[in-house]
Amino acid sequence: MLYSEAGQFSTRYAADRRLFRLRQDRLGLGLLLVFAFAVVPQIGNDYWFGAILTPFLVLSLAGLGLNLLTGYAGQLSLGSAAFMAAGAFATYNFQLRIEGLPLLASFALGGAVAALLSLVFGLPSLRIKGFYLIVSTLAAQFLVPWALVKYGWFSNYNASGVISAPRLDIFGLDLSSPAGRYVLTLGVVVALAFLARNIVRSELGRNWMAVRDMDTAAAVIGIPLARTKLLAFAISGFYLGVAGALWAFTYLGTVEPHGFDLNRSFQVLFIIIIGGMGSILGNFLGAAFIVLFPLLLSNLAGLLPGGLIDPGQLENIQKMIFGALIIVFLIREPEGLARLWQQFRARLRRWPLRY
Amino acid sequence: MDFFFEVLIGGLLAGVMYSLVAIGFVLIYKASGVFNFAQGAMVLFAALTFVSLGERGVPFWIAFLVTLGAMLLLALAVERLVLRPLVNRSPITLFMATLGLAYITEGAAQALWGAQVHGLDLGIEDIPLDLGGLLVSQFDLFAAGMAATLVLVLSVLFNKTRIGLSLRAVADDTLAAQAVGIRLSRIWVVVWAVAGLVALITGLLWGARLGVQFSLSLVVLKALPVLIIGGFSSVGGAIVGGLIVGASEKLAEIYAGPLIGSGIENWFPYVLAMLFLLVRPTGLFGERSIDRV
Repeated sequence: MLYSEAGQFSTRYAADRRLFRLRQDRLGLGLLLVFAFAVVPQIGNDYWFGAILTPFLVLSLAGLGLNLLTGYAGQLSLGSAAFMAAGAFATYNFQLRIEGLPLLASFALGGAVAALLSLVFGLPSLRIKGFYLIVSTLAAQFLVPWALVKYGWFSNYNASGVISAPRLDIFGLDLSSPAGRYVLTLGVVVALAFLARNIVRSELGRNWMAVRDMDTAAAVIGIPLARTKLLAFAISGFYLGVAGALWAFTYLGTVEPHGFDLNRSFQVLFIIIIGGMGSILGNFLGAAFIVLFPLLLSNLAGLLPGGLIDPGQLENIQKMIFGALIIVFLIREPEGLARLWQQFRARLRRWPLRY
Repeated sequence: MDFFFEVLIGGLLAGVMYSLVAIGFVLIYKASGVFNFAQGAMVLFAALTFVSLGERGVPFWIAFLVTLGAMLLLALAVERLVLRPLVNRSPITLFMATLGLAYITEGAAQALWGAQVHGLDLGIEDIPLDLGGLLVSQFDLFAAGMAATLVLVLSVLFNKTRIGLSLRAVADDTLAAQAVGIRLSRIWVVVWAVAGLVALITGLLWGARLGVQFSLSLVVLKALPVLIIGGFSSVGGAIVGGLIVGASEKLAEIYAGPLIGSGIENWFPYVLAMLFLLVRPTGLFGERSIDRV
């Protein structure tokens, strides 16, 4: 009853093609956005902004980037963190070397550099398929941080390769408080998520899915494989690059190349496995899970009588639970949390009736 | 020139160590089509279990057998809890499941035995041996000998025994193998257990080299380019790939390192593997697959 589409007719093609066809969806999303933009900055505290909301948003964006490549276009990548690093360091250099470049423009340029890099490492995908492809993304994963450490120019000759955030302001508005950084991140992430939602239902997005499902068949029906795959790499690289820049500047403030190691790539991969491959919403659910779950575990351990579980042991247990969760999700719910949400919606639709 | 050959031989012998990890991969890939990322974690688990038993006063052979038993249990659990529910799913799904498995195994190994570095002494002294003017590490020679023995034993197992015959049947065509009455679940357990044995031997050799510690599970990253160059489905390819990677990364470090900066060992094998792939998309000895719509 709550989610019924009864009585909502599309009388124009434009209404038929809109992003969210259900009035409830539009209303719900609108309220959520108003809440996130207007209410949360008023009621949140620094801990929530700095330790939960901002990393959640940035990781969602990173998941989105990988999901476009792996979930939609079917090209497995283990190099997400390398493209994040490229985006972060490129943004830093644009800010540093071009006087008066607006912040958002340098984010976009940083993303573009990551996109180019991703395109280069995506080139082998034209010839190699499946597992053999992960070697190419892993090459990026090892090559990029090495180059960032080795060549001091990238970090403006900082001794340990650390870069720190430029002044965060947009149109003279200072956004360097935790709440301001949260709003900045939120704005970028929401805009890019809407863009992604549009891309995946455009011709390009449909081509991606055809290539994912079977690339030989896609080629046979006339989908240009090379262009489709390379665009997937480039656009995914752009998203990851922007995510990396946000990670460095709105979340951490200072970052070193080793902050973007293989474990970060795995973290992003886990987000899309848990959240749901081939889903936009799934990235947000997966990222929320990845951010909140360790906090939940450590709080639970804190409830136990003191000293029963020491911190080192807790980390091992957390690792085991994560591993087990990955396997459980792959077995029970391969489409992740996004699928659970869909089922919940379907149930709301007929509630309180059973059929 | 002597220096060149010394570097070359050192690299080749180091490559044998990479091959050892790669063989474990190939075994599992051949029989179940799973790209097993957890092989490195298995190496860590086996080595850590063995060393910790040894430190508690358990004699070498008993510790070896107990660890082997633990690896067998792991194989049984993997077949029952991971592979069986995921049968007929896409290879990428199975790969991600082994990522999860790697996390569980690493976490379990460290939760059980702690995270400190253990020394491991196999009783082989790591002194350089003088072979006609070339200095060669004795330990590396021993490792190469172990690898050769392992390959010999495995090829006898694969080619001369009944179970080897069914292994090859499963690798060739899973459905046809099932149709003639080969029990897939048993084959999987056998393969994972053999991979566990390979992991144990790898763990002992690498552990004696580097100390038994968390970084052992990272040898998996060294083995990946080896696999790519050799092809996923060939034991011989794993050996050749290991030799190529070992030799070329050492030579590159010595000769190209000064030009573009040191520490290129970490990524050089990957770039090399990529170049190989551009010429031969399924590695040197990998089977070419035909796509049908």
